Amino acid sequence: MKTFPVRVPFSNGLHGRPAMELVHTAQSFESEITIAKGARSAVATRMIALMTLCVKENDTVTVTVSGPDEEAAAAALERFFRQEDPPARARM
Amino acid sequence: MQTIQGKSIQPGIAVGPIRLYDRGGSSPTKLSSLTPQRERDRFLAAKAQAALELRQLQEHACSRLGGDLAAIIQVQSAMLEDPDFLEGVEERIRQGASAEFAALASGEDCADMLLATQDEYLRSRAADARDLARRLAGILSGQEGAPQPPAGILVVQDLSPSEAVGLDSSTLLGLVSCQGSSNSHTAILARAMGIPSLIGVEIDPAWDGLPAVLDGDQGILYLEPDDEIRSAALERQRVLLEQQQRLLAQCGGPCLTKDGRKVELYANVGSPREAWTARANGAQGIGLFRSEYLYLGRRTCPTEEEQFEAYRQTVLAMDGMKVIIRTLDVGADKQAPCLAQESELNPALGYRGIRYSLTHPELFCQQLRAILRAAAFGPIGVMFPMVTSAQEVRAAKEMLEDCRRDLLSKGIEPGPVEIGTMIETPAAVVLADQLAQEVDFFSIGTNDLSQYTLAADRQNPRLAALCDADYTALMRMIRHTVDTAHRFGCRVGLCGEMGADPAMTGALLRLGLDELSVSPPALLSTRECISGIPLAQPSGVH
Repeated sequence: MKTFPVRVPFSNGLHGRPAMELVHTAQSFESEITIAKGARSAVATRMIALMTLCVKENDTVTVTVSGPDEEAAAAALERFFRQEDPPARARM
Repeated sequence: MQTIQGKSIQPGIAVGPIRLYDRGGSSPTKLSSLTPQRERDRFLAAKAQAALELRQLQEHACSRLGGDLAAIIQVQSAMLEDPDFLEGVEERIRQGASAEFAALASGEDCADMLLATQDEYLRSRAADARDLARRLAGILSGQEGAPQPPAGILVVQDLSPSEAVGLDSSTLLGLVSCQGSSNSHTAILARAMGIPSLIGVEIDPAWDGLPAVLDGDQGILYLEPDDEIRSAALERQRVLLEQQQRLLAQCGGPCLTKDGRKVELYANVGSPREAWTARANGAQGIGLFRSEYLYLGRRTCPTEEEQFEAYRQTVLAMDGMKVIIRTLDVGADKQAPCLAQESELNPALGYRGIRYSLTHPELFCQQLRAILRAAAFGPIGVMFPMVTSAQEVRAAKEMLEDCRRDLLSKGIEPGPVEIGTMIETPAAVVLADQLAQEVDFFSIGTNDLSQYTLAADRQNPRLAALCDADYTALMRMIRHTVDTAHRFGCRVGLCGEMGADPAMTGALLRLGLDELSVSPPALLSTRECISGIPLAQPSGVH
C-alpha cells in the first residue's frame, strides 16, 4: 500500500473534467485508489463521491493506492496531479 | 399588458408568442410485475440508449454551441457510469422496483449527495443527476423526448443542459427562465445562440400563447404588449439589424486574399436558422448542410415533408446562394435513436454514410425527394458522405434519378441539383480521378480524412498531440485531391474544422482550394485572415 499527499492544481478543484479524467485514470488500474480530504474519503472510480469531497484548487489531498499494480498506479496519479500528461481536449 | 422585470443574460429584442415548455413525464409505479432480472435487462437497454443520446447531444453542443455546454453533457455521461448511481438502481431493482422507479430514486439519492455539499457548482450538478434519471425513465416508459415547441419565446421553469442542447434553435426567438444564473448552461446556450434571454422570472402557465415582447436590453418581458411597446420593439429590432449590417458591410463584397485572389467563403450549418446567421456574417453559400441534425435526438424519423421544409427554408434564407446538402451521415460517433442502429466493434470504420443510405433505399429516397423538391426554390448541391468508390457514387446518382422520375410522375416539379462527394477517406483521395468524372464538385472533410490517414481516433484525447503534430501527410492528400480534381474540371471545397484554423488557412488556400466552408462564428475572422494572406508565396508542401 502506498500513501502520499498531493496538491490539487485544477482551477475548479476536483470537478467536471478533472474528476472525469481522474476516474478514467483510476479505472485503468487493478489497485484500489482512494482520495481523502480531511476525515472524508472517496474511492477514485466513483465520480459523484469524488465531487462531494469538495476539493478546491490548492487543497492538499491524500492518495492511497493498494493492490498488485500500486507502483504504476501511484506513479500515474502523481503525474495526474502534476498535470504532466497532455490535457485532454474537447475534439470534434 | 403586463410588465415583468427579470434579469437579462443576453441582450436583444424578441417579438413573438409565448411558448410554455412542457417537459412531459409522469410518476412511474413503484413495484414491478416483472422479475428483477427482466427489470435489470430493461435498465441496461435504456442505459445504452441514454449513453447514445448523450453522446449525440454532446457532439451537437460541441460543434454548434461551444465547449462549455458539451462539457456539462459529458458529466452526465460520466454519471451514467457512476458506481454509486448504478448500485442504487440495482439495489432497488433487487427489492422489486420497476427500472423507471429505480432510476428516478437513485438519481434523487445522487442529487441529494451533491446538494448536501453546499457548493454552488455541485448543486447544479444535482440537477444533472435528476435530468439523467428523467431521461432514463422516459426511455423506459417509451416517451418521446419533450416535443419541440412551435416558434416563439420559450418560457421555462428551468432547463437542464441536455434539454437546452436539444432545443431547436431555428424556432427559438427568445428565452425566459425562472431558474438559472448568468453562468448556468441556460446562459451559455443563450449566448451561443445569440437569442435574447431573461432569468429570474416567476413563470405562470397561463401565459402560454400570449403575444409578447422580450426586451433583453432592459431585462423586461411584456405580455400582450400595447401598440406603443410593440412598435418600439420592432423599431429597435430594425435598428439593431441595421447596425449589424453596417458592421458587416465589408462582408457584402467578395472574399479576397491579399493579392486579390477570390475565395468562396461558405458556412457549415445544421439548420435554417444557422443559415440565417451564416448569411448575416457574410457567408456566400452553405458548403455543408448537416442533414443528420434533422434526425438528432429523435425517436421517430423526420418525414419527407419535415425534411423538405428544412431544406426549403435554408435555400430561401440563402437567397440565391448555393446550398450544399450532405446526405445522411450517421454511424460512428453520430447515432440517431430513431434509426435503431446496431452497435459495432469499430464504428468509425463501420456501417455509415453512403453505405448506410444505399442499403436503406426507402430512407435514402425520402431524403433525396425532399432535396429535389427544395431545389425548385434555389440552387442546391447534393453531396454524398464516406464515399470510397466511383461505383458508390454511380449507385447514388441512379437513385437520385429514380427519385426525380418518381416526383415527375406525381406531377411535382423538382429543381436541378449539382452533385458532389465528400473526400474523407484515403480511398476517395486515391480514386480522385475516377470520382472527378462522376461529380461536379468535391468537399474535403479534413476531420475524418485526417483520422483515417493517420489511423488515429479523433475522439481519443491521448492522440490529440499526434494528430496535431505534423500535417504533411494530410496536406499531401489534399494537394493530390485538388490537383486531380482540377485536371477534370471539378471544383474543390473544404468543410473540415481545419479551414477555420488561422494557422492553416494560408497553406490550404495555396494548395488551390476553390472554396472554404467554416462554422458561422468563424466567418468574420476567417474572412479577415484571408484578406491578410498573399497567395503568391509557395505552398510549402513537399
